[in-house]
Amino acid sequence: MTSNNPSAFLLMVNGQIEGANFPEYDDMYCKYCFVYGHDWAPTSGLEEGISQITSRGSGSQNLVWNFPIDITFKSTNPFGWPQIVVSVYGPDTFGNDVVRGYGAVHIPFTPGKHTKTIPMFVPESTSRLQKFTSWLMGRRPEFTDPKVVAQGEGREVTRVRSQGFVTLQFNIVTKDIKKLGYDTTSTEHAPAGLSGTQQPYGT
Amino acid sequence: MAVEEEDPGETLRRSLKAKHMKRKKKLFKEMVLESPPDEENEETAVQEERGEGLQRDDSSPVRSPRDLPPRPVIRPGSSQSETSMKQRVAEKLRAAKSKTASLLEQESIIEPVSRLQSLRDRETLTRFDRDIDQDLRVDEDSSFAARLKFRGAARSAARDKRAEDGLPTAEEAYNFFTFNFDPEPQDKSRKQRQSRRREAEEEGEAESENEEEEEEEEKEEVETEREYEGQQLETRDEDAPLVSDVEEDLFVIGQSEHDFLEVRRAEYLGYSRRLQRERETVFVPSMRTVPASGKLPENVRPRYLEEEGLYVGERPSVSLTNRNILENRILKQAEGREWFGDDGRIMALPDPIKESSSRPPLFHLEDELDPALHTVYRKALKSKHANRYIAAMGDPQTDYQLDVDVSGLIFSHHPLFSREHVLGARLAQLYDQHLTGKQKKLTHLLTDKLNGLRNTIRNMLELHRGEALSQVTQHRIAEYKQEVRHTRHLRDVEQEKDRALLKNIIRVWKELKTLRDFQRFTNTPYKLFIRREMVDMDQDELEFNNEIVMEVSELRAEAEEDYQRKMSEYRRRHEDWKSWRRKQKALKKKQKKKRQQEDEDEDEESEEELGEEPEKHDSPEKPDMTAVEEQVREKATRIRRKPGEPVLIPELTVSGPVTPNEQCPRAEFARREDVAKRSLFIKVLYNDKEVSRTDSRTLNMDFRVHFGQIFNLKIVNWPESIKLQIFESVGSSSSQLAEVCVPVPESSVLTGSAPSEEMEFSSNQRVTFNHEGVGSGVPFSFEADGTNMQTLLTSGKLSCCVSWAVGMNDVPLAPPSNHPVGGVYSGLMQMDAIACIGASSLNDMKKLGKWAAESRLDPNDPNNASIMQLLSVVSGGEMAVPEYFRLEQLQEEFNFLSDEELQRSRRFRLLMLRSQEVPEFRHFKCVPSVEREISEKVFQEYERRIKEGEIIDTKDHIDAHRALVARYLQRVRESVINRFLIAKHHFILSDVVSEDEVPSIGVLGLNLFKLAEPKRPLKPLRKERKKVTAQNLSDGDIKLLVNIIRGYDIPIRRPYTSKPPVSARSARPFTEQFTAPVSSQTPVQGSDWPLGQPLIRPFVEVSFQRSVLQTSTAEGPNPCWNEEIVLPFSAPNGDYCSTSLQSFKDEVFINLFDELLYDVVEDERERGNTIHTRIERHWLGSIKIPFSTIYLQSRIDGTFKVSTPPVLLGYSKERSLGSDGGYDAIRSLSDGTFLSLFITIEPQLVPGETIREKMKEVKFDSQELERLLTACEVFEKEAGRCFSDRPCLTTVIDMNGKTVFVTRFIRPLNPPQKLLDAFPNSPQDTMELVARYVSLIPSLPDSVSFARVCDLWSTCDQFLTLLAGDEEEHAVLLCNYFLFMGKKAWLIIGTAIPEGPTVYVLTYEQSRYLIWNPSTGQHYGQYDIFCPLQTIGCLINTDNVWFNMQPYAAPVRMSFDVSRPKLWKPFFSRAFPDPGLSSVQVRTTRTNDSSFIVQNYPSHWY
Repeated sequence: MTSNNPSAFLLMVNGQIEGANFPEYDDMYCKYCFVYGHDWAPTSGLEEGISQITSRGSGSQNLVWNFPIDITFKSTNPFGWPQIVVSVYGPDTFGNDVVRGYGAVHIPFTPGKHTKTIPMFVPESTSRLQKFTSWLMGRRPEFTDPKVVAQGEGREVTRVRSQGFVTLQFNIVTKDIKKLGYDTTSTEHAPAGLSGTQQPYGT
Repeated sequence: MAVEEEDPGETLRRSLKAKHMKRKKKLFKEMVLESPPDEENEETAVQEERGEGLQRDDSSPVRSPRDLPPRPVIRPGSSQSETSMKQRVAEKLRAAKSKTASLLEQESIIEPVSRLQSLRDRETLTRFDRDIDQDLRVDEDSSFAARLKFRGAARSAARDKRAEDGLPTAEEAYNFFTFNFDPEPQDKSRKQRQSRRREAEEEGEAESENEEEEEEEEKEEVETEREYEGQQLETRDEDAPLVSDVEEDLFVIGQSEHDFLEVRRAEYLGYSRRLQRERETVFVPSMRTVPASGKLPENVRPRYLEEEGLYVGERPSVSLTNRNILENRILKQAEGREWFGDDGRIMALPDPIKESSSRPPLFHLEDELDPALHTVYRKALKSKHANRYIAAMGDPQTDYQLDVDVSGLIFSHHPLFSREHVLGARLAQLYDQHLTGKQKKLTHLLTDKLNGLRNTIRNMLELHRGEALSQVTQHRIAEYKQEVRHTRHLRDVEQEKDRALLKNIIRVWKELKTLRDFQRFTNTPYKLFIRREMVDMDQDELEFNNEIVMEVSELRAEAEEDYQRKMSEYRRRHEDWKSWRRKQKALKKKQKKKRQQEDEDEDEESEEELGEEPEKHDSPEKPDMTAVEEQVREKATRIRRKPGEPVLIPELTVSGPVTPNEQCPRAEFARREDVAKRSLFIKVLYNDKEVSRTDSRTLNMDFRVHFGQIFNLKIVNWPESIKLQIFESVGSSSSQLAEVCVPVPESSVLTGSAPSEEMEFSSNQRVTFNHEGVGSGVPFSFEADGTNMQTLLTSGKLSCCVSWAVGMNDVPLAPPSNHPVGGVYSGLMQMDAIACIGASSLNDMKKLGKWAAESRLDPNDPNNASIMQLLSVVSGGEMAVPEYFRLEQLQEEFNFLSDEELQRSRRFRLLMLRSQEVPEFRHFKCVPSVEREISEKVFQEYERRIKEGEIIDTKDHIDAHRALVARYLQRVRESVINRFLIAKHHFILSDVVSEDEVPSIGVLGLNLFKLAEPKRPLKPLRKERKKVTAQNLSDGDIKLLVNIIRGYDIPIRRPYTSKPPVSARSARPFTEQFTAPVSSQTPVQGSDWPLGQPLIRPFVEVSFQRSVLQTSTAEGPNPCWNEEIVLPFSAPNGDYCSTSLQSFKDEVFINLFDELLYDVVEDERERGNTIHTRIERHWLGSIKIPFSTIYLQSRIDGTFKVSTPPVLLGYSKERSLGSDGGYDAIRSLSDGTFLSLFITIEPQLVPGETIREKMKEVKFDSQELERLLTACEVFEKEAGRCFSDRPCLTTVIDMNGKTVFVTRFIRPLNPPQKLLDAFPNSPQDTMELVARYVSLIPSLPDSVSFARVCDLWSTCDQFLTLLAGDEEEHAVLLCNYFLFMGKKAWLIIGTAIPEGPTVYVLTYEQSRYLIWNPSTGQHYGQYDIFCPLQTIGCLINTDNVWFNMQPYAAPVRMSFDVSRPKLWKPFFSRAFPDPGLSSVQVRTTRTNDSSFIVQNYPSHWY
């Protein structure tokens, strides 16, 4: 693996979905999945996960999941850099499980520890009557595929309402990114001695 | 003194000690917490210590037995020694020993080791080292030494004790008796204490003198203590060892703490102790009232401000207990007293809450409001001046300043003018005019110019004397002459004006003088002197005459010229006339000639040719030269000074005396009084906002007001307008007289250089007075008899100057002149016409230059300076404006790579192709990051495909034609797919968000109704299952359920013998013949079955995706299985998304077999106990159902015809009425074998059939009218709302991808003549033949060929060319053929089994409706229950589209009478008539070709 001319780079992500802040809701759990481009392939770890149900502590606003993420991607092209899509669910007043938020964020590029807080949103009902019935029946509008939130396509037809935040923590380790000619670290932190980076387009 | 001082010193010391004790206690307590020792022990120790501390100074401590514990350690065995000791000692020792033993045994060393060490360490560092005497130090050291020794002794003692049974060594004994433990440290401690105390005293004294009060002192002590914290620590430290010296053993034992500290008791604090401890930290404020003395400084009596008569506000009410608690709490704080006022109460502001509400009450809210209080809606107005900031120009730091200089004003008329003033003002005005005229010297200038011009002409003429004048010169002379004439005219006007002015001045002056005489007083100081300047008589005369001669000659020349011109004109016209006459005459002659031959018609014509007769002109008169001279002379006398007459020069002075007030009559006096009362001021308005005003100045007698004020306006907004408003005030009231608008100065107008301007103003106020003032706006007269009335309005001149200020370094504080065109136009309008067009942003310089050249601007006129400059720049510089412009000029810089490189790189090419969703690469994963890893092979297939576009490979196809068709279809398909790719990226809400639909009232009602329905209905309906979206499925989740219910009319076996069929009676009437399910246990009878035995034992085998399952065998030709077969389903590549499922091409094969059992037992003897049979399966027929149909329809329920081979050997079918033709329902009933099936998918999948909907979203191009398309949309929407399950079709997409209205496809077309000729007598057979013909054209379902994109309709011509098409094409062609044959035919848009949504053809024949399946060529009667058509959505023919509005959609239960709008809703109705759509079909089909081809297909026969 430690060849001088690697053909792919590795991105190792571990971290956790630390928790969320949904001021009005309680007893929530979350799901995550990754969305990535054609040139990416997960080599190990779980691509999707569903957390435990967490209740809010007395007097604290935060829900804590501390739900670990551990995945390694392999890629040949930074295009389609993976994004994590988090969707949060919880019971409504009638005990129906409804979605409380969708959110997505790119996995950080740079190695190191990152803490991201992503604002969450849910699709809105198309009409007021719909809103009422969906509230009554506990069948709120949902995205057919949560991965929609990681894409720009087709979003223009939706209306969403924002609610809550989810905090994620990532620890990023990369391998061979620099060798392939992609410089993700800022220049002042870049190791000076590294030379002879192979350009992927060797013309 | 010493004694007196001793006292406070003593107290201080005491308190200090108490504090130390306290601290020590705390320490102990901490230790207690750390390692809970014997509690009581500890407690006593503490108490003892305290007691000791308190007593220490007065006397030597009384040693309690408690102090002893150390000692026994030192000499544990001493009590055993036999030396003579005092009994007391022995006793003590004994007692102590037991105690020590316990102490030793159970550890409980209180002092931690660390502390000891720290103490020692610190001791060397104390500040006291310096202060304390050397000997003291020695003492201390010695004590340390002793201590050390002791420790060693103790250790050894402990060891020895264990070893020697408690007997002390000699050394120990010696030590015990020789060492003096107590007094020395005691002394030392005292000494030290004293020294420390002394020092503390000094400190205390130094700190503050006031030591009288105990509390204060204590406070101070705290301070001291804080200040000398280090010291304090050290004192304490010093103290500690001193104290503990007595009980040194404690420390000694502490060393070995680790050895003993093992077992602990659970910590428990007694309740009382806890309370006690809490009390130390917790403070509970008492609720009792604090005495006033506690809250006030000592010896101060509370002072009540109220009693002293001062106002004290009402305090906010606080309950007494709360107040007490608060006061107690505050007092506990160090500076608590500051919170209390003089009256001993907490300081507080008066209650801020007012008792009454300050807001006016709003009564009767719902009643009618006072009309005055009604809110009036005003539409919001956009402020004109908002956001016109100059700062927006991007120069925020600059400030701009306008200087408005209001110097003064002069009234040319004022209501308070007396008559004399009126005249005086007039005189002054005239004089001003005179002066300005004189200044300009216009007359003089013009005269000079005239002379100059004349000289030029003369010179030119002289130059060219005798020679012929060139064209140019002639032209120039003519121009000059023109100029001379113009100038002369101007000069004459000017001269006349001058003269009139002079006359006027003199006349007014005379009037003024008479007025003064008349009224006998003087109001104005005007005086006019007229100077006479004598001139040289002769010269004057000469000039005068010269001038006249000149003029006369010029005039004559002009007149001559004019005459010449007129003459030439006349001559020309005359010529015209003459020639006309000639022609006329010639014509007349001709006509005469002609008339002899021809009619008059011709004559008229020819006359017309000549046109109208030109008017005959009179020759112009010759001008009268003598009259000219007279005219000139007369004019000269009128406007010019007579020769020899002196030049009159008027001079107006204001030096005349004014009659003082006393000598005036009363009316005049009143007027003057009134004048004195008046005062004036001026408001300066910038952008309609008042920014400042001048001081008020009184009106003088001469009606001049001098202000002389300069206002500096710092401006932020663009200057829009600057106005000066003149106000006149009488007493306190003031009224606006007039408003003067001052133009906004150009940015070049700067303060200092700008001249003051006089702005005229006037007001149309009507003012009358009853004194001498003439008023304004009212008529008055100078004459006594009141004639010659005049009306004057208040008017005057305001002298002011507006300019841009000059800032530091002579920088003009003016905004940049190149204003943006948008916001400033109004401000700039007054400045310059060119600026108004936007001189800076003028882009068409050429046009401007052209205009300037054409209008002959005077280049020397300063008014034109800016334009000339502009033009010179333009013409000189020829600004290099490029003739082109570029979009994205910077694109090159942004390019990642050049295009060639991008193409050359395999990697980039791959990435690009993938992003373009080229099918080969669409799902390419992990494009290698390095070029070399991509082989050329990747592109080979793609390139081949691209290349193949042109080359047709005939080998793959049966014939060239098919290859051509395939190629064509491929191309169409590509274009459609490209279109679809665009559509795919077009989302609607339901694609993204899943949301439950709002239940309509109908659904709710149905649900309510359901509550009442029976639990177990007699005819249960299949319930809709919950649909599952296909995405989150995996292998094994989906199952295909095939329910095989029964079969009809299965062929029966023929006996081997050629007997007549056994069951001749059976075959068809399954209704009666149908038997209950036959069990399979019927004994097998071997190969030759007797009569009455089952003729057939059919079973059904279903195969799907390599799994094959079969039913049990039933018996008879009409078996009933009623079995459910469950087949697993796995999607290709595990991809369960709806698109891949749709394109899934697997088929479900349902095969019908006959099971034959052969007994193969060879030995008959074994027959009794052995069964040996052979099972044979004879295939009878099969049904194929594509999976996509099942998927899209979600279930298939019906009876299907089994496709059987034409000849089934060994089987026969009985048909009773097979031979007679006709549209017999019965015939078609029995025609074939049928299977009743129910097929579905479990769980039910949501069919992803949104593509069709989506395609509707994406508008295709269309040549249809917009109105028609809208109507289509409305029609389809309405249809969908009424009956969502009935397909409705109004527009279709043709091969070119354009939307076409569906009726355009229907048009009678001629079938091949051969077909028509085949059965001349039987139209029925002909129709069948035609249907057969159509059905033979290969079927190519669109949904497969166009990747389930959409239906494309090709015209019949295209269809026959391609020889491939969908049901639509077949149906259209069939329908068109039928129409040609004179039948009534419609297209049926409906759903059928198993095709799903499809198109059939309906014909009306002999009062019956027939339904034709165009793909098979079969036809069904309307009441045929085996008709595959299940639902009819709409009917289409050439004229119209009808949508089925009947309650039932099955053909059996419908009426096809389209003329009834209640049953069939027409598209074109009276409201929306048919616009007359032309057909898209070609008039004649290429029947010959196609029929030839059709007939030549090897697979086709008839």
